[in-house]
Amino acid sequence: MSGYSVTEPSPRQKWIAGALVIGYAVITILPLVWILITGFKSPSDSISYPPKVFFEPTLEGYVNLFTTRTRVSPETLESLPPPETWYDEIVRRNDLVIAGPSRYGERFLNSIVIGFGSTFLSIFLGTLAAYAFSRFKVPLKDDLLFFILSTRMMPPIAVAIPIFLMFRQLGLSDTHLGMILLYTAVNISLAVWLLKGFIDEIPLEYEEAALIDGYTRFQAFYKVVLPQAATGIASTAIFCLIFAWNEYAFAVLLTSGTAQTAPPFIPTIIGVGGQDWPAVAAGATLFLLPVMVFTILLRKHLLRGITFGAVRK
Amino acid sequence: MPSNPIDSAARATPEPVARKIRGLSDRAIAWLFVAPTIFLLLAINIFPLIWTIRLSFTNFRANRPNREVEWVGLRNYERILTDSDIWLTMQATAHFLFWTIFFQVLIGFTLAWLINRKFRGNDLWTTIIVLPMMLSPAVVGNFWTFLYQPQIGLFNYVVSFFTGVDPSSFEMLGSVTLAPWSIVIVDTWMWTPFVMLICLAGLRSIPDYIYEAAEIDRASKLRQFFTITLPMVLPFLMLAVLFRGIENFKMFDLVVQLTGGGPGSITEVTSINLKREAFEKWRTGYASAYAIILFVTVFGLASIYVKALNKVKQR
Amino acid sequence: MRTAKYLAATALAVTGLGASGAAAEDLTLCWAAWDPANALVELSKEFEAESGHSMNFEFVPWPNFADRMLNELNSGGKLCDLLIGDSQWIGGGAESGHYVKLNDFFDAEGISMDDFAPATVYAYSTWPKGTPNYYALPAMGDANGWFYRKDWFSDPEIRADFMAQTGRELGEPKTQLELLEIAQFFQGREIDGNTVYGAAIFTERGSEGITMGVTGALYPWGFKYENTPGSYDMEGAVNSPEAIEALEFYKEFYQTATPPGYTNSYMGESLDAFKSGQVAMAMNWFAFFPGLYADPNTGGDKIDFFVNPPQNNEGSTLGGQGISVVAYSDKQDAALEYIKWFAQPSIQQKWWDLGGYSAHNAVLNDPGFKDSAPFAGDFLEAMANVQDFWQEPAYAELLLAMQKRLHDYIVADQGTAKEALDKLVEDWTEVFEDEGKL
Repeated sequence: MSGYSVTEPSPRQKWIAGALVIGYAVITILPLVWILITGFKSPSDSISYPPKVFFEPTLEGYVNLFTTRTRVSPETLESLPPPETWYDEIVRRNDLVIAGPSRYGERFLNSIVIGFGSTFLSIFLGTLAAYAFSRFKVPLKDDLLFFILSTRMMPPIAVAIPIFLMFRQLGLSDTHLGMILLYTAVNISLAVWLLKGFIDEIPLEYEEAALIDGYTRFQAFYKVVLPQAATGIASTAIFCLIFAWNEYAFAVLLTSGTAQTAPPFIPTIIGVGGQDWPAVAAGATLFLLPVMVFTILLRKHLLRGITFGAVRK
Repeated sequence: MPSNPIDSAARATPEPVARKIRGLSDRAIAWLFVAPTIFLLLAINIFPLIWTIRLSFTNFRANRPNREVEWVGLRNYERILTDSDIWLTMQATAHFLFWTIFFQVLIGFTLAWLINRKFRGNDLWTTIIVLPMMLSPAVVGNFWTFLYQPQIGLFNYVVSFFTGVDPSSFEMLGSVTLAPWSIVIVDTWMWTPFVMLICLAGLRSIPDYIYEAAEIDRASKLRQFFTITLPMVLPFLMLAVLFRGIENFKMFDLVVQLTGGGPGSITEVTSINLKREAFEKWRTGYASAYAIILFVTVFGLASIYVKALNKVKQR
Repeated sequence: MRTAKYLAATALAVTGLGASGAAAEDLTLCWAAWDPANALVELSKEFEAESGHSMNFEFVPWPNFADRMLNELNSGGKLCDLLIGDSQWIGGGAESGHYVKLNDFFDAEGISMDDFAPATVYAYSTWPKGTPNYYALPAMGDANGWFYRKDWFSDPEIRADFMAQTGRELGEPKTQLELLEIAQFFQGREIDGNTVYGAAIFTERGSEGITMGVTGALYPWGFKYENTPGSYDMEGAVNSPEAIEALEFYKEFYQTATPPGYTNSYMGESLDAFKSGQVAMAMNWFAFFPGLYADPNTGGDKIDFFVNPPQNNEGSTLGGQGISVVAYSDKQDAALEYIKWFAQPSIQQKWWDLGGYSAHNAVLNDPGFKDSAPFAGDFLEAMANVQDFWQEPAYAELLLAMQKRLHDYIVADQGTAKEALDKLVEDWTEVFEDEGKL
């Protein structure tokens, strides 16, 4: 950049600012790095003092995450045929045998089904409603919009009281459908709010031109407005997905097994005789990693979305 | 796009008729589009809210369906508002709210201000700082209990490395004096980036010419900061405080995983207290009244705050 | 409506045993995730082979077990067909219709409750307490006991030191005060180059931990829940001078003889502390003793066990569970088949052999039982003097109140023992007033 600008900081300023921010970023990332590496430690390495930074990596934590194991006597262990797979071998080293798969896979799948199901539904309904709020005169529009947003102010535990009773009556307790509907209801307020902003930005002229060309409202909506709003819809979808993916309070109160998602499950992972931190770390890593990768890849849209949602109000 | 059934139907139908079928009036479309959302919100937000209000006047218990339900009038409300334990809970919540917001605003604004120095690679580092707020608080909070272990935990080790204090000599989660700070630390770690992003948006919204004008007026940098930067960012900052305030008033997952409200009831914030009443003691009627009180509190405080915010904006 | 459904379900269960019983079902049994659960999986393989039904298991870690299972029952969930629920749930399970009443089934199948140890039938099966109304079959007897490092206790140097300090031989404590003395003796001692601590005790806040630990001191001091049983008259009983003394004892124990950082510890933490060689003694449920004895590092001849020591009288905290059929299950016939199979003396014997604590007289009264494991005799002794927490339908409220008052006093160090117990009486009185029992 040539010439003097009052708003352009000096190189020295930049250097100091950069160093401070990077320092903070390193502190921030440390716990996350620790989760990642603990997943590859053996249980004894994970609880050693002082905490080990260098260690021999093992997949024991991941094996423990996906299996249930039982302790057998050394004699029984001797009598067993030699281990067939690498994970059998890891387990046998601790005088254990694999008793079966753990529930982690199922819980993870539940997270995917409920997360994507509710996201799809929120976006589908949210786009329609946002379009209507943006383009048409809806009676009591402002009140409705404010009301939609205010539903997010309630503590989830308070909302869960009547939902618990309602789901019990309707047989929706611990079902995927129940959780999808609930997360949709929670997410839709944010979805409508964000999407209305995106649709507001699309010039009215495009649709008017389409209407003059003989398009119906429907056609104008899905042929003109939707493609224009695609980026906005995508980033809204990611917010909805992240909410549903991370949600804990409703999941812990309204599901017990069939539809339980990963967040209430991961903290209950325990080992054979004692807390198994590597397995917990492995479970956490697999669960958190997709979100981290998403965040880094889509940072431009995501970061804008966060402030956009907040600042527009 | 000939494969679309509506399209092909449209082409096969004479124009006026087609318009009648497909071209619903704007009003009808508006309702058609809004109705499912409204219906869902009615079913899962409004109806339950009304039900909660109704329950709050009864002694209903969800775990005792066979017991006769009695109307108790305002007794539940009276009991909550006169219960000294609930006031202790409110104090724990207030401590948590005040200090998390304090640190997040302080650190968040500083970071935003530094990032706005536009050093090279700032967007990558910003993203890394943002990571914690994208993650599941329950899963991360659970892991923090491991970091907080005396002796073997990373947190204690790092603290002892820098201060020389014996890492087994303090218990972040178990000690009465430290536990309230342990939750403040994790929440600050997680949510400072949120405040930072909003402040950043605020800083970037300040047009350069204002600074240029100030420069011509020979205003010092410090003066510029207090007369331009701070007032211009203030509405954004207040918004961030509002959002964090509401979120942390609802806080459940992080604290439940970290301390579970302990030791004793030192960190028992309202959500944990409410959860115990509603889903462990199953005093549904009582808990409903509690929920309504909380709702009114948040709503009331938020409304007052928004009024103040609008005043600041208008300046 | 729920009652009708429940009655219908019971009728169906009783009359329809043969009707659809032939179909192979997928049964789910819910229990806590701990050592005996693994043994039950092993045992149940035989049932699968015999009956053609297949068994699934949903094991939840103890700290979350009550919370999640009671939530499941209260939401009318169908996750579990069979539930091995904690002893205190029986009142709620019976009164709210979560559990199927088993009397007719027992009569039809010739299962007699006289074949099971009376203390277990009383605690795990009956509601109202002591009446012949059965909602569960005793599945797992249990009590809170102690174990210690036998190798340390027999070390001549340590013994001489103890003698010099106390004028007593180091051995299994005969009273609670001796227990504390031994724990304090070990606290902070260097053994094999490591600093070790006295004992791991229960201090957990979230579920039932600290209550289960403290009652281990309260009962030997003569604690009673009511002045006269069934009266709900608690003033002067719950906060008696003996109770105050016991509570102060537990706090002193916590402050002077436990490892640092054990501010929220329950079963898992107690096992960890012992297995990692941090403590000389630890309290825990008998259920873990087979696993502890088999442990390659601290088991075998390095460990021995003792019953919760008396003070003013004998007394141990009761654990253990009965197995119940969940009223919301669609597969009650198959579930009842499982109970029928489980009640057989031969299966009960295998259950004990695998590490489960059978409550069947055929197992317990067998002359060889006492010597079948180093803790078997202790188990019988403990079960002879057990006391349980309230089993009222309002048990969860009663427990939560006690958890709070105890943790506030012991761990958070607030107020006095008398204040804690006085407040507890207030809390409990309020609960029983709400219940219409006072």
